[in-house]
Amino acid sequence: MSTTETTASGIGPVEGAPGYSVENPAPVIEAPRKRTKKTPKSTRGNFEMYGWLFMRLSGVVLVVLVLGHLLIQLVLDGGVSKVGFAFVAGRWASPWWQVWDLLMLWLAMLHGCNGLRTVINDYAERANTRLWLKALLYTATVWTILLGTLVIFTFDPNIR
Amino acid sequence: MPAGTLYRGREGMWSWVAHRVTGVLIFFFLFVHVLDTALVRVSPEAYDRVVATYKTPVVAVLEYGLVAAILFHALNGLRVIAVDFWAKGARYQKQMLWSVVGLWVLLMIGAIYPVLGHAARVVFGS
Ligand code: HEM
Ligand code: HEM
Repeated sequence: MSTTETTASGIGPVEGAPGYSVENPAPVIEAPRKRTKKTPKSTRGNFEMYGWLFMRLSGVVLVVLVLGHLLIQLVLDGGVSKVGFAFVAGRWASPWWQVWDLLMLWLAMLHGCNGLRTVINDYAERANTRLWLKALLYTATVWTILLGTLVIFTFDPNIR
Repeated sequence: MPAGTLYRGREGMWSWVAHRVTGVLIFFFLFVHVLDTALVRVSPEAYDRVVATYKTPVVAVLEYGLVAAILFHALNGLRVIAVDFWAKGARYQKQMLWSVVGLWVLLMIGAIYPVLGHAARVVFGS
C-alpha cells in the first residue's frame, strides 16, 4: 500500500516531496485577485457602492420621516378627513414641518429613483430600451423634486 | 425572464419580490402625490377639490393598500439593512422575516379603524 503512505507531516508522497514543516515552510502563494502595486488602477469609480450605501442610509431616515408623515396625515386628529388647504397652511407655517417635508421629498425621490434604476437594469434587456427608460426616469425625478421644492418655498397662505 | 437570473424560491425570494413591487408602487404614488400637493399653488379650491377624492370610501381602501405597501417595505428594508450590517444578520434572516410579517399584521390591524373608519361611516351611515 505505498500510495497511502504518508510522511511525518501528513503529506502524501506524491505532492509533498520535500515535506514542509515549521522549519521548512512552504512558499507563500499570493491570492489570485489580490491588489498589489502592479494591479492597474481601476477605471470605474465606486458609484455603485455609494448607491448601495445611500439606499440603506436614506432608508433608515425615511422610516422616521414617512411613517411619521402617514401617522399625522392618516391617523391623528381625525385621519384624512381634516386634510385641506387650511390644514396645509397651518403645517407649512412651521419651519420644522417645511424642513421635514423637504428632506422627505428629496430622500424619497432619490431613493426611489435609484431603486427604479436597478429595476430597469434588471428587466430591460435591450440597450436602447434601458437608455430611454432611464432618461424618462431621470427627467421625471428631476422635475418632481424641483416642483415639490418650489411648492414648499413659495407656498402662500393668502393666495386668495 | 431575464437570462441568468437565479431564482432560489422560498421566503428569501418572495420577500425580495414583495420589496421590489412595493418600492415601485410607492414611487408612482409619490410622483402623483407631489403633483396633487402642487395644487396649493393654484388655488385653495383646486386643492380642496382634489383632496376630497382622498376622502371617498374607494380611495380610503387604496390608502389602506398604500399603508400596507409602505409598512412592508419599511420593515423589510430594515431587515435587509440588518442582514447587511449586523454580523449575525444573515443567520437570523428567516426569523427576522417572520418578525417583519408578524409586526406588519399587527400594525395593519391597528390601522383598520383610523384609515377605514370614516369610509365605513359613509358607506354604512354613522
Ligand atoms: C394617503 C396618504 C397621504 C396623505 C393623506 C398625505 C398628505 C399630505 C399633505 C396634506 C401634504 C402637504 C404638506 C403637509 O401637510 O405636510 C403632503 C406633503 C408631502 N407628502 Fe404626503 N401624504 C400621504 C402619503 C405620503 C407618502 C406615502 C409619502 C412618501 C413616500 C409622502 C410624501 C410627501 C412629500 C414629499 C410631501 C411634500 C410635497 C411637496 O414638497 O410639495 N406622502 N402630504
Ligand atoms: C420607509 C422607509 C424605507 C426603507 C427602510 C427602505 C429600504 C430600502 C432598502 C434597504 C432597499 C435596498 C434593497 C436591496 O438593495 O436589495 C430599498 C430598495 C428600494 N426602495 Fe426603499 N425603503 C424605504 C422607503 C422607500 C420609498 C418611500 C420608496 C419610493 C419612493 C422606495 C422605493 C424603493 C425601490 C423602488 C427600491 C428598489 C427595489 C429593488 O431593487 O428590488 N423605498 N429600499
